[in-house]
Amino acid sequence: MTIIDPNAKPDAEGQPGTTIGKTHRWIFGLVALLLLAVGALIIVQPNISGDKAAQKDATSGFGSGFTMTDQNGHTVTDQTLSGKPYAIFFGFTRCPDVCPTTLSHMAQLRKQLGADGSKMNIVFVSVDPKYDTKESIRDYLTLFNTPIIGLTGTDEQIARIVKAFGVYYQKVPVDGGDYTIDHTASIFLMDRHGKFVTTIDHQETQESALGKMRDLIGRS
Amino acid sequence: MKHQFLALIISATALITHAAHAHDYKQGAISIAHPWARQTAPSQKVGGSFMTISNSAKSGDKLLSATSSIAEKVEIHTMTMENGVMKMRPVSGGLDVPAGGRLELKPGSYHIMFIGLKAPLKLGEMLPLTLHFQHAGKAQVKIKVEPINYGSEGGHDHH
Repeated sequence: MTIIDPNAKPDAEGQPGTTIGKTHRWIFGLVALLLLAVGALIIVQPNISGDKAAQKDATSGFGSGFTMTDQNGHTVTDQTLSGKPYAIFFGFTRCPDVCPTTLSHMAQLRKQLGADGSKMNIVFVSVDPKYDTKESIRDYLTLFNTPIIGLTGTDEQIARIVKAFGVYYQKVPVDGGDYTIDHTASIFLMDRHGKFVTTIDHQETQESALGKMRDLIGRS
Repeated sequence: MKHQFLALIISATALITHAAHAHDYKQGAISIAHPWARQTAPSQKVGGSFMTISNSAKSGDKLLSATSSIAEKVEIHTMTMENGVMKMRPVSGGLDVPAGGRLELKPGSYHIMFIGLKAPLKLGEMLPLTLHFQHAGKAQVKIKVEPINYGSEGGHDHH
């Protein structure tokens, strides 16, 4: 292992052997730095969803500039949602596990908030416009026994809201010509001005999630 | 003594109640505890089923596949989270049920997936499912349809 002396300067004159040695050390140092930088990029890059991407974009219009249609056919935008804080989650009704689990979790949290529960909205965004019509979203959300705003839209509108929240989703073909959808499972918490506050992750404890919801409602 | 007897009665009652609620099944060395599914909306053509499978044999067994008349296709799926992204995939080659151990099909992990449901899964229904094991053979069970929030409210399993 060569130790690189930051104060070392390449010899400009004489001692040709040493110069080559030092040049090698400099090249080694540069390569090591480059490798470190590339490594850092590789570690940071795949994290396009969830906390980090969200926090990075929080100041630059994160979660804004979308227009969707709710389960009753009404237009919903980031503007119409503002005034009340909201928890927003992306999924699809043919998702058998994480979507009903997360929506049930949010419904439960709202119940635990008691009277404060009505001071916030729960929003579900479908990333599967082919199957999720506003009627099917309405039928699906009725099962949770709590008011949930269900959003759908054209491919273009969905692409825009997904981008606004830095959400990842990818259709994956399965046997028989059908598909499933990989998607970000985090819940994004937005304040009454439509500004991103934090996320609740899939594995988060009830206490922690409830604390975040209380904090969200308490914000002016 | 009287207290002990009372305790015995209470625990026996609890056991019976649990068993009745849990509706267990047995096939050879394999037992299947409380197979359940979430209710579905009329437009939902898919559903997931969960259960705990135990193996009392000295050798391991394998859940190879599942079949049911309620859907066009039945698959064994796994769900994983990678970087906050949910991924669901069919399992190939079956799932191990270790000797003296158990295999849990539960939210956030493995499930039996119904594709092309012929009718919505209605609350309280008991629906047929056949599980195919490598050694124990066919086990016929009835899946109980539970509320959509079953097993997820409070962030933990309820049964």
